[in-house]
Amino acid sequence: MKATAAAAPSASTKVKKKSLAKRILTCWQLYLFLILPIAYLLIFCYYPMAGLQIAFKKFQANLGIWGSPWVGFEQFTKFFTSPMFGRVIKNTLTVSIYNLIAGFPMPIILALVLNSLRSEKYKKFAQTVTYLPYFISVVVLVGILNQVLNPRIGLVANLLELVGINNMPNFLGSATAFPHLYVWSGVWQSMGYNSIIYIAALASTDPELHEAAQIDGASRFQRVIHIDLPTILPTASILLIMNAGRIMTVGFEKAYLMQNSLNTTASEVISTYVYKVSLAASIPNFSYGTAIDLFNSIINMVLIVSVNAINKRIGGSSLF
Amino acid sequence: MTNTKAKKSSISLSRDDKIYYAVIHVILFLLLLIIIYPLIYIVSSSFSAASSVAAGKVILWPVDPSLEGYEAVFENSDVLVGYRNTIFYTILGTFINVAMTLIAAYPLARRELPGKTIFMFLFTFTMIFNGGMVPTYMLIRDLHMLNTIWAMVIPGAISVYNLMITRTFIQSSIPNELLEAAQIDGCSDAKFFFTMVLPLSKAIIAVLVLFYAIGHWNAYFNAFLYLSDRGLFPLQLFLREILIANTIDTSQIVDPEVAAAKQGLADLLKYSLIIVSTVPVMCLYPFVQKYFVKGVMIGSIKG
Repeated sequence: MKATAAAAPSASTKVKKKSLAKRILTCWQLYLFLILPIAYLLIFCYYPMAGLQIAFKKFQANLGIWGSPWVGFEQFTKFFTSPMFGRVIKNTLTVSIYNLIAGFPMPIILALVLNSLRSEKYKKFAQTVTYLPYFISVVVLVGILNQVLNPRIGLVANLLELVGINNMPNFLGSATAFPHLYVWSGVWQSMGYNSIIYIAALASTDPELHEAAQIDGASRFQRVIHIDLPTILPTASILLIMNAGRIMTVGFEKAYLMQNSLNTTASEVISTYVYKVSLAASIPNFSYGTAIDLFNSIINMVLIVSVNAINKRIGGSSLF
Repeated sequence: MTNTKAKKSSISLSRDDKIYYAVIHVILFLLLLIIIYPLIYIVSSSFSAASSVAAGKVILWPVDPSLEGYEAVFENSDVLVGYRNTIFYTILGTFINVAMTLIAAYPLARRELPGKTIFMFLFTFTMIFNGGMVPTYMLIRDLHMLNTIWAMVIPGAISVYNLMITRTFIQSSIPNELLEAAQIDGCSDAKFFFTMVLPLSKAIIAVLVLFYAIGHWNAYFNAFLYLSDRGLFPLQLFLREILIANTIDTSQIVDPEVAAAKQGLADLLKYSLIIVSTVPVMCLYPFVQKYFVKGVMIGSIKG
């Protein structure tokens, strides 16, 4: 027994291969460690995937997931032909594409600006302030939004009153304002956090590059364009592509919290619609909700996998 | 021209550089202002009198400073119940998360483990595909976990992202020679985990505790779907009712003197509530900042 234990580490590398059964036996304790996590994974992540079959069934509570009758693609056809189909797809894409366009460059700008600061103390302070909103919960974030934009007593109303404007529009109940509020509150919250990775990339720049450029008479701005920007370009392109893979995903939590009866024409996204037709409905239609969700998940999976393949092809690192 | 050796601030800048620095300072100032101003406004409002808040007088600093809002928050029984539940879920949930993540990451970090690739694939696949809202809800219901504390701490017990950073950390910080030496001394895999890996993984455990604890503190989705018993609600669900759904029960404000200003107080209470619910996370913030940066960096190294 002792001999096998001693040989184990080198076995995998050079010494002639031991039989698989023997290698598995030597590692029995490691498998013991994995039992609980794998059981969790199978029950809470993979079993629900088996539950996806109700998307192709007409779910009846008394028959359960496995016993309900198959209906093929009926639920999907129902969604594709429903008037809500166009609306939820359009809303989802509007919010996420807008989010990508606005949310992607801001952390880069912030990182470049912070990296240019010559005072370490000011840089630290600015970083501390910009990370801060990231730790606010989404409920509180939407709560802050409601308070600041409250047309009666909110901050914006108070400021407008100072300059003599008394009738502030109710942005919170406006469908046109919804994408702007959703996206820019997100930028406000996560700009600082998302800049961390760029700041770290900039910190690893070879200082000799900057010195050489300075000797050649390059201005600070020229150095940003020709040294700093190329440094973060690989990171940026990977993140951009990865974000593009999530273009059909708008999280349930924030959209649902920001939703009210006045702005649903813009705020009904796929995830909130799934919730409404299934769990929240007075006559819950589990099969219909699952079908919409599955349609969305498959598009997402295809997007992420292809985006990852593109990433690999252009020589960047891949996600998995 | 700036010499790197000399103190940069004492060197005169070229005209271009002066313009550049002026521009970045303006940009940064505006960004900081936009980020910090709403926060100052919330804090100031929370310390103002209900009448001033209701009249929309607060612009920057507290107007007629008072603690009325905070008194109302702590008289609200919902908030106290929510606070208690959230603390409980955060502690229990984080413990389960960290334990599960570590026991999963340790074997997966071992290069010689047969079948490692299959297990890794099982985990990573859940990052790109999952059962979704309805099948997961049905599972929780069939397991009779609805309206139990387990619905708050078991689903999501392992975050695959955290698992990956933990695995990368263990692989890169615990040298193979250490394992080999221990094995020669007859140390078992389990003993090696408890006596070597755990003590050497303090930094990553700190990162995990922070990531998970803040996640639990701020979470509302699971509670929203799986809990209907108000006695089990976490703080975020009550916050949602009060801050967003606007269903503050003014009859809960017992002080008769303030009864007249109920609406004003209801408005004020929201500001104080935002502060009270966010302060615990902000207290952790100095540690959080240090370790979050670390966590993001470990995460960005491909495992």
